Amino acid sequence: MTLSIEDLEGIARIEKDKRESFTYQINVCVAAGCLSCQSGVLKEAFEKEVSRRGWENWCSVKGVGCLGLCAAGPLISIQPDGTYYRGVGAPDVSEILESLGGAPIPRLDCASSRPFFEQQPKIVLENSGRIDPERIEDYIAEDGYKALYNALRMMRPSEVIEQVLASGLRGRGGAGFPTGVKWTAVAKASNGNKFVVCNADEGDPGAFMDRSILESDPHRVIEGMAVAAYAVGANTGFIYVRAEYPLAVQRVRTAISQARHLGVLGNNVFNSQFSFDINVRLGAGAFVCGEETALIASIEGRGGRPRPRPPFPAEFGLWGQPTLINNVETFANIPPIIRKGGKWFATIGTEKSKGTKVFALAGRVNNTGLIEVPMGTTLREIVFQIGGGIPGDRAFKAVQTGGPSGGCIPEQFLDMAVDYESLASVGSIMGSGGLIVMDDTSCMVDVAHFFMEFCMSESCGKCVPCRVGTSQIYHLLNRITKGEGKLSDLDMLEDLSDLLKNTSLCGLGQTAPNPIMSTLRYFRDEYVAHIEEKRCPAEACKIHEAREAV
Amino acid sequence: MKEPTSLTGKKLGNDANPARIFTMTIDNRLLTAREDETVLSVARQNGIYIPTLCHMEGLSLRGACRLCIVDVKGAPRVLPSCVTLARQDMEVVTNSDRVIEYRRKILELIFSERNHVCSVCVSNGHCDLQALATELGMTHVRYDYLYPKQLVDASHPRFSVDHNRCVLCMRCVRVCDEIEGAHTWDIMGRGITSRVITDLNQPWGSSETCTGCGKCVQVCPTGALSEKGKSVAEMTKRRQFLPYLQMMRGEGRK
Amino acid sequence: MPTEDKRWRLVNRTMRLHGNQPHALIETLHSVQEYFGFLDPDALKYVANSLRVPLSVVYGVATFYSYFTLQPPGEHTCVVCKGTACYISGASGILGSIAKKVGIAPGETTPDGKVSLLTARCLGSCGLAPAVVLDGQVCGKMTPTAVLDRMEVWRNEETSERVPLRGEVDEP
Repeated sequence: MTLSIEDLEGIARIEKDKRESFTYQINVCVAAGCLSCQSGVLKEAFEKEVSRRGWENWCSVKGVGCLGLCAAGPLISIQPDGTYYRGVGAPDVSEILESLGGAPIPRLDCASSRPFFEQQPKIVLENSGRIDPERIEDYIAEDGYKALYNALRMMRPSEVIEQVLASGLRGRGGAGFPTGVKWTAVAKASNGNKFVVCNADEGDPGAFMDRSILESDPHRVIEGMAVAAYAVGANTGFIYVRAEYPLAVQRVRTAISQARHLGVLGNNVFNSQFSFDINVRLGAGAFVCGEETALIASIEGRGGRPRPRPPFPAEFGLWGQPTLINNVETFANIPPIIRKGGKWFATIGTEKSKGTKVFALAGRVNNTGLIEVPMGTTLREIVFQIGGGIPGDRAFKAVQTGGPSGGCIPEQFLDMAVDYESLASVGSIMGSGGLIVMDDTSCMVDVAHFFMEFCMSESCGKCVPCRVGTSQIYHLLNRITKGEGKLSDLDMLEDLSDLLKNTSLCGLGQTAPNPIMSTLRYFRDEYVAHIEEKRCPAEACKIHEAREAV
Repeated sequence: MKEPTSLTGKKLGNDANPARIFTMTIDNRLLTAREDETVLSVARQNGIYIPTLCHMEGLSLRGACRLCIVDVKGAPRVLPSCVTLARQDMEVVTNSDRVIEYRRKILELIFSERNHVCSVCVSNGHCDLQALATELGMTHVRYDYLYPKQLVDASHPRFSVDHNRCVLCMRCVRVCDEIEGAHTWDIMGRGITSRVITDLNQPWGSSETCTGCGKCVQVCPTGALSEKGKSVAEMTKRRQFLPYLQMMRGEGRK
Repeated sequence: MPTEDKRWRLVNRTMRLHGNQPHALIETLHSVQEYFGFLDPDALKYVANSLRVPLSVVYGVATFYSYFTLQPPGEHTCVVCKGTACYISGASGILGSIAKKVGIAPGETTPDGKVSLLTARCLGSCGLAPAVVLDGQVCGKMTPTAVLDRMEVWRNEETSERVPLRGEVDEP
């Protein structure tokens, strides 16, 4: 029996009625960040206490996805009041239940972080922190799988692609390639069994957007993939997710089996000609597998070493078949685009970068966590309003975006509107969305050293410039951070950076010098201080320790 | 489970899919090329020299050593000619200043990676890497030598492998897999710690899959793989078998 | 099967699910590691033969990916996150103090086999930086002292009965 739109609406109706029957809803965050602060125990405590008081009929307790402010976990939100509590523990449960309907408890209230919760118009994260990620019904109540229905029953594949083209959506994995153009290429490829692959191998240190989306709203990604599969003519999908994210893996697996059970995955979805199923493949700890061709090799069970392109995966991908590869966040943008239209999406953002971007805000900032802002928001708004500024009122030094492929952006660009082009113009990249704030205790040479160590150990070793070049750069930076550098080393760094950028085989090697080049450009004085004065201005490097030991 | 065998992703040159022929320029010479040919192969057919190391006629394409880079008008960065397809009206320059400079730096990186002291090497005088250094005019290495400690494995009755001389070109891996069909060799680890291995990283002599055919030794560009009993500068390599074997094995598979 | 151990049946199940195809290699290695804790040469050989993948390829894949380990882990594991956020919040200080006081570097196990120290690229718990995973439990905002204290407890305890891995005992 196939699912009909009436069935879907029926499920949504029942779910909404159930929600409305509760006067209060207590949403406890059960994403990985809060779970590691014992939010699972907290949720149980709430459930126990509610049932002890016999309040089950008007007060619901629900586990939800990420509420965003990960630094202050465990977080809960109380609806319909819109109160957010931080750092809640099991002993606080009674007090919170008593206060329902009254004034919020000042001790736990997130009042000081108001801008964090209020300045984010959410698209990708619209359901995060609101629905139970382990129940498909909760997703359906939020118009879930409507986009898939609309696409399958009311649009031709080409019309779906037109909407994506009109939306101006660009790949959220980092490079910002127009999604619609990619889809067109795969749709045009004539031969074979096509595949749709979701890249959830979020390897950037300091980025956790994809993990959070998969943990908080896995069905959104599945729906986006199904729509994509319909548009390009694929029947099989793969989600390639890091093994380091056990919770995300588990939630995705649960979601897939629920979707199969309900019939939104499988044969003849919504009584159409379209059949689609998704498999999960686990990564095994290799950053380079974020690169398309390496990811394909890894799904095929081989070592993740990139191969030269062309042929592009759109022609020659998984098992030689045309393959569409998009990032988690890209797929998560698809359902709203199909539901509300590409034109609606294109009204948000800047001229060349449409929509919103999810950032993982971390480092020396008060409100560490997950945020979603329209393209074109300034760094100052992100760091000082949403982020709540720097702890201890220390001096801001730089923002690092794009992880090991990105750069450090100094204070003078704080008022720059963030989009793909502006970030590139200052020597960084959008990347997948890690945004690390640094204050005057962070040494920029040390940061460059840290990223180069990362690139060196993550290089697959196939092409010479990346394999040996990253090692040589690391070697030079090591010398400088130990106070043994020479001024001519800086020329050598620039020289090697240029070589890697221009001659490496894949994106990893080509962008690996970005952290070096951007810090050399904006913080050259710190390098010089390490070399000439044998001193680390931020006192982060071990120069003085090394000298004291002598 | 294989890398694409053809860069076009489909087989060309038969009656159903005839390959187009067009003109392009390499170093300002107007040349004809087929759409399934690489820039490197067009250049070689016309006697234009482009240095290569990992590339070997008769083995699959790899595009890894980056010594065969060329300038292509309109491309954002230099391109490896061994895996870049010829295109109509393409303008290629094989010897621009920056290409020459990049090649030399890449070669220096290779020399800085492991121990390549020619004077004590069995392949001295018959080494592809040494020849490249001469051809590209590499007089010194500006980078620090990394020289990690690498082993020599002489457990095989007829051959030995000296990892200090290995440039990770994977010719041995490819010839063993694609021509001999044994796939005794592969690469372990990643990045700067990569190393060629036999079977489960065990001594070559104890390998269960090695047929002892010695093709890997013959295709090795340096003194990393050599026949036993050869002294300094005595190891010459015989590679004439490769085109014939490739042809005959191709026939056999039909 | 290499031994009579029942866990091999679970590994076989993974391979069968993928039709014993060579592309199941990584999934199979994941399941060997999940049930046995690490990959030993016999396991690699068995997987290679079952999936018809060359031995050298299996070894290559097992060493290419940092998630796989060829060494048996210690009784307890301590994984220090080295993501950017953790790094600038002091992860290197934690590693440094472990090296000083306990004398092991990442990837090593104490001589008594009690504690293995590992590093992770990024746990995605950047909001809790610096994060450390102690015996599978993510602990946020850690300090060198807190980690060292836990290690001290582990090393002083009597050789405890090892917690069986999944599938090692019959589940009720």
